[in-house]
Amino acid sequence: MKRFVAQGYDLPFINNTAISGGKKWTIKEKLLLGLTPSQYMDQFVRNPFNWLFTLIFMVGLPILAGRFYYGLGWATHGSYDYPWGLFLGWGLFVMVPLSASGFMLGTTVEVFGREDFKPIERLALLNGLLGYLFAVIFLQVDLGQPWRLIYPMFVSLGPAAVLFLVAWHVATYLSVQVAELLPAVAEWGNWPGMKKFVKSMILGLTISGIILSTLHQGALGALFTYAPGKVHPLWYSSPFQWFYFFCSSIFAGLSMLIVVSTLCKRFLSWRCDRRFLDNLDHQTMGLAKGAVLSLITYLVIKIIAIAHAENWAYLVTGWGGYYLLEICFGVLLPIVLYTKALRNNRPGLARFAALVTVLGIALNRINTALVAFNWNLYREIPHWREVIISITVYTLYIVTYRFILYRLPILYQIKAKP
Amino acid sequence: MKNLLDRRKFLKGGLASGVLASVLGTGKKAFAEHSFGGYPNSMGVLVDLSKCIGCRTCEAACNKEQEMPAPDKPFDDMSVFDEIRHGQKRRTSEKTHTVVNRYDVPGHDGPVFRKFQCNHCNEPGCLSSCFVNAYTKTPEGAVVYNEKVCVGCRTCMIACPFYVPAYKYSSPINPVITKCKMCYDTRLKNGRPPACVEACPQEVMTFGKRRDLIKLGHERIQKNPGKYIDHIYGEKEVGGTAWMYLSSVPFAEVGFNTELGDQPIVNYVKEFLTVVPMVLTIWPALFTGFHLLAKRKENQKESQKATTPSDRNA
Repeated sequence: MKRFVAQGYDLPFINNTAISGGKKWTIKEKLLLGLTPSQYMDQFVRNPFNWLFTLIFMVGLPILAGRFYYGLGWATHGSYDYPWGLFLGWGLFVMVPLSASGFMLGTTVEVFGREDFKPIERLALLNGLLGYLFAVIFLQVDLGQPWRLIYPMFVSLGPAAVLFLVAWHVATYLSVQVAELLPAVAEWGNWPGMKKFVKSMILGLTISGIILSTLHQGALGALFTYAPGKVHPLWYSSPFQWFYFFCSSIFAGLSMLIVVSTLCKRFLSWRCDRRFLDNLDHQTMGLAKGAVLSLITYLVIKIIAIAHAENWAYLVTGWGGYYLLEICFGVLLPIVLYTKALRNNRPGLARFAALVTVLGIALNRINTALVAFNWNLYREIPHWREVIISITVYTLYIVTYRFILYRLPILYQIKAKP
Repeated sequence: MKNLLDRRKFLKGGLASGVLASVLGTGKKAFAEHSFGGYPNSMGVLVDLSKCIGCRTCEAACNKEQEMPAPDKPFDDMSVFDEIRHGQKRRTSEKTHTVVNRYDVPGHDGPVFRKFQCNHCNEPGCLSSCFVNAYTKTPEGAVVYNEKVCVGCRTCMIACPFYVPAYKYSSPINPVITKCKMCYDTRLKNGRPPACVEACPQEVMTFGKRRDLIKLGHERIQKNPGKYIDHIYGEKEVGGTAWMYLSSVPFAEVGFNTELGDQPIVNYVKEFLTVVPMVLTIWPALFTGFHLLAKRKENQKESQKATTPSDRNA
């Protein structure tokens, strides 16, 4: 795409204007990015990532189909001791905190009135929406009977269960996020009425987003409080588990946003406008500040929880060593890196810190859900088909993400007048 | 004036989200306050491990009663006692609701056998974790499961401290949880003991009212000094279970988890459940406050810019 832009092709909205040469873009032009079908194929073939994605889909999609045809026992180990594997361990417990960016930035801009974060707000919202959407898709892959997904809503209600809360909140929050992103769709499709309608309730949406997010991020942690004794005591805390998950979702979401915006700047610069690119360093530092504060809070609460449960003795065991490794890599190292970046005003270092944080949070969730789970039984290595399906669904997420970034005004603005 | 309007619009939004949130939250609030100690006249089974000879008759009886698929190895094949998977002895699976395992306890003459199935907790973890209410604790004492509403999230398997529920992973279209139901629909509901209890040639298991069984168990311990460990496993564990055990060897040596504590599983979750209504009520007000503060500063700045000092004095 960069090449087309360099050649001076008139791509939709490339100059932030809704009109090109006196007429408006048609939907087809908008979808094909103003290229002819053959030009579109050209750029598709030229991009090496597309080859990789195609390969993944060619291998992965049949296996994904096989999971529904032959059942979970074919795609996974079908373990009774580890009922949750990678689909939830990665797809739900890692993807949801990384998608906390939506409510974080929504709060910052709409509630706290920090208009200076506006250029990155939509990317944060999109990151949130897609993360949740694909967490639900991962869930659908994992559920034994996915066609019954609406049962907890309408057919048979178990309101006392933590998962009931997760189901309702994720469903509600998904719709909130769709609503929050409707303005972007409205601008792209040139449907001004829709935008006006959403704008009128954006504050209410944002506030309900905070409530829903606090609770379901926390609830994902609280799911593990059902398993005292199964989750290793260092990763388990009945009073604090929800706060571990909620607090860490803050820096997880912010760091993921830094990572994604960095990727956009690097690979999608043709689609970003000056407003996005010129503000990015400033915003990265702002996000880094938020991340480091929540990282420190998280570290403190982790230490308090160990003291509270008098778990110190566990720290000198093998599990304790692994736990300290996770804390050092996923919490302490990011704190040091972020602090250095902030002190010396080095956005590049902050971006690296963000990457470490994202990996650290993934490690923490995988550890809680899989590694430290059944700590006194045995470890289970996921089935190869399970791994491939997870990669395939995640690739689907990346492709969808890119498809939307190419088109909707997320990284750029559409101005009514040139 | 503009400021006032903004504020009103905002409060409306805040109120709306508050209402939405409280509608979603009512059920959880109610739960955090109520506690359930078990039905007074519920039935139970007392298992005396010292009597078990490991004949697996109970396994066969269960298989027949519940119309389970044929086992991989026949019920008179004792080589199953040597089966080890992932370092673990046999457990319940989609093919069997109950298993007997053999333990060689140092210092004890001959092996000890332990029958294992759903313990039918007074306050079951599976039940409290289920978001479609598929589980029911019946007044007779059984924990039964309704496969018609099960979505297959398998949280009950996470929540069960005894690793009991299994899942029919092999079925692509109707995978369901499989576990012992204490023969509820065929026997217990009519006052009859479960099939395994009746089939046992050694009378290892005693069927009766749970509270009577507790008395019986303690009597047996007292009347046979030195024979039993002075503890009925299941009397208090995780809030008490309908199936309880007497053993002549330490429970930890025959596969029992002795570190479960007496709290029912749901108590560990209550700490979070009490947070829910707090967030639902405090958050809207708190963030409304933040918003008003942020807006106020902005408005002040704007009005400072707009008005000259002389205007303000006037």
